Parts: sequence; structure tokens; C-alpha cells
Amino acid sequence: MYDSFASLESDEKSTGLPLWKLIQQEDCAENGQTPEASYEEMAHMYGAMKDEDADYDPRRFSNSGLVGDEAGRMHEYRMAGNTISGPFMSLVMERALKIADSNACMRRIVASPTAGSCGVVPAVLLSIQEARDIPDEQMVQALYVAGGIGGIIASRATLAGAEGGCQAEVGAASAMAAGALVSLLGGSAEQTANAAALALKNLLGLACDPVAGLVEVPCVKRNVVGAVNAISAADMTMAGIASRIPPDEVIDAMRTIGRRMDPGIRETGTGGLAATPTAERIRKQIRAAKQGS
Amino acid sequence: MKLTDIIGPVMVGPSSSHTAGAVRIGNAARRLLGQPVREADIGLHGSFLATGRGHGTDKALVAGLLAMSVDDRRIPDSFEWARHAGLSFTIHGVDLGDSAHPNSAKLTLTGVKGKQLELVGASIGGGRIVITELDELPVNFSGDFPTLIVHNEDLPGHVARVTSLLSESGINIAYMQLNRAHRGGQAVMVLECDQEIPEAVLQHLQAMEGIVKVTYLSLVPEGESQNV
Repeated sequence: MYDSFASLESDEKSTGLPLWKLIQQEDCAENGQTPEASYEEMAHMYGAMKDEDADYDPRRFSNSGLVGDEAGRMHEYRMAGNTISGPFMSLVMERALKIADSNACMRRIVASPTAGSCGVVPAVLLSIQEARDIPDEQMVQALYVAGGIGGIIASRATLAGAEGGCQAEVGAASAMAAGALVSLLGGSAEQTANAAALALKNLLGLACDPVAGLVEVPCVKRNVVGAVNAISAADMTMAGIASRIPPDEVIDAMRTIGRRMDPGIRETGTGGLAATPTAERIRKQIRAAKQGS
Repeated sequence: MKLTDIIGPVMVGPSSSHTAGAVRIGNAARRLLGQPVREADIGLHGSFLATGRGHGTDKALVAGLLAMSVDDRRIPDSFEWARHAGLSFTIHGVDLGDSAHPNSAKLTLTGVKGKQLELVGASIGGGRIVITELDELPVNFSGDFPTLIVHNEDLPGHVARVTSLLSESGINIAYMQLNRAHRGGQAVMVLECDQEIPEAVLQHLQAMEGIVKVTYLSLVPEGESQNV
């Protein structure tokens, strides 16, 4: 697993290999796997992302009843053809909601990097594939890049909300999606790293404060923010806008912010939004329903 | 860490620790029992109790006992599948004390052939699990290796006899732990191995003097789950 963008960039320069291939080689060497077996696994993950996208049902609700129909509402609104964000962005938003809703409703998803942030990467990748008619093979390669970026974040910081707050989950997912997008559209390792850095920077400090401790509120809607943020970070990068702070240093900053976060906003469901009067009321209602059954 | 730990696993939501990890605890328990489960008493501790229902931890544990894997679409309906499979279960809160991991469950099982097992499992993040107690003695294993657990009388020579039997069978021990309740009482050894242990060796072990109970977790896929 690569532990810095700097080493990934220098390997790209010295070998001339595409980023996804470098990431695959490193993973195969570490785990004693053939490139073919590795590719097959990653292709399976991309296939599972397509499946989860198709699996959504707006009539389904989570066990608590708090979430489930958001993507259905977004779909109807988008179909009416008058969205503020336009056809592509609104489709990305709908997909992120779909997959995050499905996760909350106990459907099958791909944790990427976590279950709570599972909507971000597929929403971006499936939508760009559809919009630009990109073959599956290139999408699987983009997924390698997303995984490699997640690996760098895991090595230097964390991907767990309990350790680093939501910046480590939706923030990391957004960085993974942004980098994968830029790489997919022909960006260099440096541009890929830049997009990831911009995406992560914009979500630094994000608290993990789930209402009643459940992966529902605000998690489902934050998947939308992660996806939209990834696309804007990719577009900024393609426009030549550089992160003034180098990508590896951005991740290091994420780690130190995570360490300084109060435990109440690190997945314990006791601080932030989870500590509001309304959240407290919801928590009591869920507990009463549990005892009543 | 593998790339597919970051893009992956494919799992039924909503939580890797409270859902996927719970399935894996159930799976490990089912494998340790070595036969389909007939009766299960499930105690939820800590965060498993507080947020377990919303995360489907209850359904996930039952799914695991039915040998479903973390990506099995039947997990949300596992209670129904349990009825079809003749698995009866009860679920309640339990206090395992301050030293227990917040995401812990205590399972008391009876198999269709009458074998009994009691264990505590903890979901420690990212879907990874640890079995922390087996038949009232502390243990610490992940279920990632073929694992042999031997309860024996705490007397000299038992460890040597068990390990030499394994070595004669060409089985390499990757990790090993020893624990006991008190001196001269009951002891437990946990041997995580690189190879599967043949049934004949397990029977030989069970027949040895001073061996109270032999429990074995095999990683050989059961094919289609046996109960469902």
C-alpha cells in the first residue's frame, strides 16, 4: 500500500506506468496475488456497485424509519427537469442518496471506504461512465486509483469515524472519488493527488455525530456532499487550480484534527447533531419502540 | 491491509462493525459448534444493545448462526429464515462488565446433535472480530485461521501431548495461547493453525485423558449453508 502521494508521483515519473498499475503492483506484491486475480476482485467490486445502484427501492425505510425515501424524492424532482444544479450533478446527488439509503435499509453495498460513506465513490464513477460512455475496464482502473488514495489516507491518518470523525469517512471517500475522476479523464499523478487534496481540504474538521448512533442522520445526505465536492475538486484541478498545501500534508492535517476532536463527535452519537434536543427526542422514541415490541 | 479492504467488502448495511462484524461473530460461533444451531440465546452488550436494533445487529447475529455470509441479501429477513431452519432464539440485553468491548455479544448455543457452546465475541471495527471467551474461559482469536480450542485439566503434559499430536499430523501452529481459571482447575489452550485439522485427529484428541472438551473452527466452506 502506498503511504504517500509523493512516492506515487515519483514512481509514475521513474516507471512511466499508469497510476492504477502502480497501485495494483504494490498491492499484489504485498499480498502475494497475481495481477489477474487482483483485477478480477476489483472488477467484482465495480459490478457490485452497479448492482447496489439498481437495487434501490423508494418504498423501503430503515429500521428506525428515519431515512429511506430521499433518493426517490430526488429522482422525481430531477425528472421534472428543473434542477438548480443541472442534469449531471443532480443525477450524482440522486445516486449518492440511493446507495446511502440502501445501506441504511440493510441492502447489499460496497464499503468504500466505509459503509457509512458508501455512496460517494459509486455515485461519481457510475455517473461519469454513463455521461461519457466509458468502457468498464477504465472504470475498474479508476477504482484502483480510488483504492490507492484511500490506502494513503489509511496509512497516514485513518478511515474510521471513531478515530477521525466524518472527515475520515465522507472526507476520505470524496478525496478518493475526486482523484479517481481526474485520473480517469487523463490527469497525471500530480493532478490526481491535487484533486484528492482539494476534496479533502474542503471537508476537514467534519464531525461524526450520528443521531441515535445510527448510520442514517446526517450520514445519508453527507454522501451527497462528498460526491458533489469530489466533482468540484476534479473540475478545479482540470482548470489548473492547485492546492497550496501539498496533498500528503493535507492528510497529515486531517490526522491531527482527528486527534484533537472531542470523543463526542467521533461516532459515539453523543455530541454535535446527536446532542440536539430533536435528536434526543428521536433517540428516546426509538428506545421506547424497542421496549414496546 | 489489502486494496479490497478499502474498496470493499461487499456487505449488507448499514454498519461494518454493528452489522458485518455481527454476522461474522455468528459465523464463528456456528463454525465452532460444528453443527447447525437448534437453540440460541443471544445477549447484547454495550453499543450492540444501545444501537443494535437500528443497525440490524440482532438480525445479523442470527444470519451468522445460519451460516450466511456478510453479503447475503437474506440478512434483513434472517428471523424468517431461522423459523424455516428450525432455529429458535431469544435476544436480550446483557451486562458483560466494564472490561468487555462495547460491541460484544454473548451466545449460548445448542446444536442439532446436542453439542453445547457458550462464547463472547466482539466486533472491533471494520468488520473484524475477536472471540474473547469460550465456555467461560478467556480466549483471544479472530477466526481467520483454522483454530483448535482444547479445554483440559490444568496438569503437566497436556500441552506437550496436544502439540506433538499436531506435529505428527504435519500441522503447523501459527499462534498459541494458554489460560486457566485457577491453578489445578480447568485450563484452555487456543491453537491457530496454518492447516486444517483432520476429523480423526480431533477424535483422538477428544479421547485423551484429562481433555475436557475439544472445539474446532474450520475454514472449509460448508458449501451451501446447512440450515437454510
